[in-house]
Amino acid sequence: MIPWIGQPLPRFEDPPLLTGEGRFVADLTGDASFLRFVRSPVAHGRIVSIEAPEGITAFTAEDLREVRPIRPLLHRPDFRPIEQPVLASGKVRFVGEPVAVVVAGTPEEAEDAAEQVFVDIEPADRVVSAPEAIRPGAPAVHDHLEDNMVVDARFETERVDEVFSGAAVVVDFDLRSRRQNALPLEARGSVAAYDSRSGRTTLTASVQSPHVVRTVLADLLGMPESDLRVVVPDVGGAFGQKFCLAPEDVVTAWVARRLRTTVSWVEDRRENLMSSFHSRDHHYRVRGAFDADARLLAVDADLLCNIGAYSCYPVTCGVEPLMALAEFPGPYDFRTYRVRSRGVTTNTCPMAPYRGVSRPVITLAMERLMDLAAVRFRIEPSEVRRRNLISEFPYTSATGLVYDEGSYVESLDRAVEAVGLEDFRRSQAAARAQGRYLGIGLSVFSERTGYGTSAFAARSMDVTPGYETVDLAMDPSGNVEARLGASPHGQGLETTLAQLIGDRLGVEPARVRIVHGDTDRTPYGWGTFASRSLVIAGGAARLASDRLRAKLAAIASAELEAAPEDIVIMAGRATVAGTDAGIEVAELARLAYHSSHRLAAGMDPGLTATATYDPAGTFSNACHVATVEVDPETGGVRVDRFVVVEDAGRLINPMIVDGQLHGGVTQGIAGALYEEILYDREGNILTTSLMDFLPPTLAEVPIIEVHHLETISEATITGAKGLGEGGTIGAPAAVINAVADALLPLGVEIAEVPATPSRLRRLVSESERNPA
Amino acid sequence: MSERTKVEVTLAVNGRPYRVRVEPRRTLADTLRDDCGLTGTHLGCEHGVCGACTILADGQPVRACLMFAVQCEGMDLRTVEDLADGDRLHPIQQAFWDNHGLQCGFCTPGFLMLAAGYLEQNPDPGEDELRAVLSSNLCRCTGYQNILKSVRQAAEVMRA
Repeated sequence: MIPWIGQPLPRFEDPPLLTGEGRFVADLTGDASFLRFVRSPVAHGRIVSIEAPEGITAFTAEDLREVRPIRPLLHRPDFRPIEQPVLASGKVRFVGEPVAVVVAGTPEEAEDAAEQVFVDIEPADRVVSAPEAIRPGAPAVHDHLEDNMVVDARFETERVDEVFSGAAVVVDFDLRSRRQNALPLEARGSVAAYDSRSGRTTLTASVQSPHVVRTVLADLLGMPESDLRVVVPDVGGAFGQKFCLAPEDVVTAWVARRLRTTVSWVEDRRENLMSSFHSRDHHYRVRGAFDADARLLAVDADLLCNIGAYSCYPVTCGVEPLMALAEFPGPYDFRTYRVRSRGVTTNTCPMAPYRGVSRPVITLAMERLMDLAAVRFRIEPSEVRRRNLISEFPYTSATGLVYDEGSYVESLDRAVEAVGLEDFRRSQAAARAQGRYLGIGLSVFSERTGYGTSAFAARSMDVTPGYETVDLAMDPSGNVEARLGASPHGQGLETTLAQLIGDRLGVEPARVRIVHGDTDRTPYGWGTFASRSLVIAGGAARLASDRLRAKLAAIASAELEAAPEDIVIMAGRATVAGTDAGIEVAELARLAYHSSHRLAAGMDPGLTATATYDPAGTFSNACHVATVEVDPETGGVRVDRFVVVEDAGRLINPMIVDGQLHGGVTQGIAGALYEEILYDREGNILTTSLMDFLPPTLAEVPIIEVHHLETISEATITGAKGLGEGGTIGAPAAVINAVADALLPLGVEIAEVPATPSRLRRLVSESERNPA
Repeated sequence: MSERTKVEVTLAVNGRPYRVRVEPRRTLADTLRDDCGLTGTHLGCEHGVCGACTILADGQPVRACLMFAVQCEGMDLRTVEDLADGDRLHPIQQAFWDNHGLQCGFCTPGFLMLAAGYLEQNPDPGEDELRAVLSSNLCRCTGYQNILKSVRQAAEVMRA
C-alpha cells in the first residue's frame, strides 16, 4: 500500500498565503532605496543624449560600460546571435526599453526623478510586424542583421511535393496568433543588497530559476559567482515570464554594488505590459495532404515568429520557432513533413516562453487542419482525428521525437462521450433553426514534459538545462529536509514532493520540509519551468529517498536482526515483514547520529543522501472539448462547457493536478478570445493597462469538467508525467474550433486569434456581403 | 515632495490606530503596506482592475489602490491580517485551504476580503450573484473554479 501518493492533501504552502504572511519581493524592500527605469518612448532610434538634472542619482549605459551585454546563444548554423545591453546603448530598439535608471528614497520620489531625466532620441524607421521585417529593404533592428533574421530553420523529409500532388484533398490555410503577455499577477522585481562585511551581494528576486540568474549575473557583472546569492521569496505567478533574465535585475544588482547599499526595483503593471516579455506573435501558412479516407499524409508549414527586439536568456529567441518546428506534428501520425520556421527581430518588446511556448499555436494549427478536413470530407471532426491519431508506442515522429505510451484515442473517445456529442448536434441543429449559433470544438494534443539535458542539447543550447538534484537529510528527530534547485511558485511542489518523500521514508508529509529558492542553501538546479518539476525534481527526490531508505533499512536490519530486504518502512516504523518486531523511524534517525558506533562497519554516521535525475522526457496527452454560443450580432462568444480528459500518468496529488488544469485552460481561453498586446504602426504599444489587455474574470470562464486517464509513464521513475502547460496548450484550439463550428453556416474562416468580438463581427458582416 | 508637505493621518486598521505621516498623494494601499507594515494587501495593477488590494472600509470591499490614505481617517479599515482569530483561520480562509482556492497566493488576500465583505452582508448568495461578485477580482492561477467552490463552502459554514 502506498499511503500518500494519490491523495488530495491540502497544501503546506497555504497558511501564510492565507493570512497575509506571504513574502513577495515588494514586501521585502525594507530600508532599500528605490530604482525607477527611464524607458524609451520611441520604437527605434539613436540616443543623442541623456541628461539628468543636478541632485538626481541616475545611471546610463555609459556608467555600466563594464557590464557585459546579454548574449543568449545557440550553437547552430540557422541561428544568429544578437546582444542586449542591460541599459540601451547608442540605440533604442523598442518602446519601453530601459535607457537609464534613477535611485531615490521612496518609490514616489524615484518616479518623479525618472520623469526629469531628459532622453533625446533621433527616431529611425522601425519595423513592428514580422512580415514587415522580412521585406527587402526593411529597416534593420540590429545593424549586423540586414534581413532581421535571427532563426531560419528548415526541416524536410523526402517526397513532400510528390505526396502533395498525389493527395486526394489538400487543405490549406493561414493562421495569425496575436501577441500575449503571460501576466503574472505579481509583476517582476528584485531587491539587491550589498554586504560590505563579506563583499557579497544578495539578489532577492521574483524569478523561476535562481541558480541560472546567479550564474549569468556573475558572467555579466564580471564577478565571482561565490560573491552572489540569489533568493527567491514567494512568487506571485510567473508562467514563463520570470524564467528569462530581466535586464533590470542585472542593473539592480549593479547599482547595489556601485552604491554599496540596498536597492529595490518593483515593476508596475504598465511596465510589465510594455517591457517584461511577450509571446506567441506568429504568422503561419499551413498545407495538409489527405488521402481519400481522410488520412493525413503530409504537412507543409511556413512558420514566422516575431521575436521582438532582443533574444531572451538562457533559452534564446529560438525557443518559439524551434519548438514549433519540432513539435508541430503533435499527436498525429504522418511521415512526410516540410517546415520552415523563422524568428525575426522587430522593434517590439522581446519574447520569452509563456506557458506552452509555441504549442498553443501549433496545436491550434493542427486542430484547425483536422476540422477543415472534416468539413471537406463531410465527416465528424472526431472521426478525422480517430483515423490519424498515433496509437502504437513508443512512436517516433517525423522530426525524431519519441512519444512514450499515451491514451490519445481513448482521451478523444472519453471526451466525446462526456460532452454528449450526439445530443449536442441535435441541440445545435434546433438552435440553428431558431437563428442561434452553437458550436463544438475538439482539441487533441500531446504535451512534451519533464525533459532533461538530452532534449535541450538537441536544440544546441549554449546553456543546456535539464537535470535536477535533491539533497535529502533526515535529522535526529526523524524529520526530513529536502533541498532542491527547482523553484516552485504556486505549483504546490512543497506538498507533492513531501508526499513522494514521505511515502519512501515512512514519515508523514508534514514532517518533510522542502527548501528551495536560495542558492546558498540548495544544490545547483534549473528552476521551475517547462512542466518539469514534479517529474525531474520529483524523480531526484525519489532517488535520494531510495538511498536514505536503504540506509534506514540497513540500520533497522542490524537492530532487528533481520535481513535488510525483509524490512518494511511505513507509517513511521521499520518492521520485519510478517512479524511484530519493529522500531520507530525516529529512533533509527537518533541512532544514526548519536549512537553511530553501533552502525555497521564502513557506514557513515548521519542520514543524508543526494541524487540527480535527468530523464529524456515523457509525453502527457489530453483531449479538450468546448461548446460555445456565438452572437453574430455582437461577435460575442460565450463558452458554455469545457471538458478536459487528461492523461498525466500517475497523479501524486489530484487536487493540485486539477488546479493546474483549471488555471491552464483559463489562460488558453484567454488566448483564444480576449488577450492581445497591440502596437500601432509606429511601434507604440497600445495595451498598457488591464483595461486594454483583458484577462478573463470568473464571468468569462465556465465550469471546467476534468476527467483523468492514468497511463503510468515508463519513462519516469515516479510514473508521473508533467502537466503544467497542457491546459493552456489545448484550450485555444477547442474554443476556436467551437467558434468556427458555430459559424460554419456562414462560411466564415477564423484566421486570427484572439477571436475578439470585433474580429468575429467583421467576418460575419463580410460573409453577409459575399454569401458563400 | 519634501517632508513638510506630508500630512499626519491616523488610520484605524484592524481595530488599531496607526499614526502616519504621508504625502497627500500616497494611496491607501501604499500606506497600509509601507507605513503600517501590513504587506498582506497586494498590488497587482494599481489602477483598480485586478482587485488584489481589496480591503474592507467600513465593511465595504474597496480597492485600496484607488483611495488616498488622507481620505480614510475615521474609517474602520480591515485587511487580510485581521481575518484569522489567532491561530484559528476564518471560515473563508479555511475554505480556500480545503478547496485549493489559491496557487501562487498573490491575489488571495483580495479575494478573501472581497468574499468576507460580501458574505457578511449577503450570507446566502445565489450562484449567479456569487459569480458576478467574484468576477470583480482577477486571479491568474486557479481559473476561478476553486475560488468559487471555496466561497460557496465558506458561506455554508458561516450560515451554520
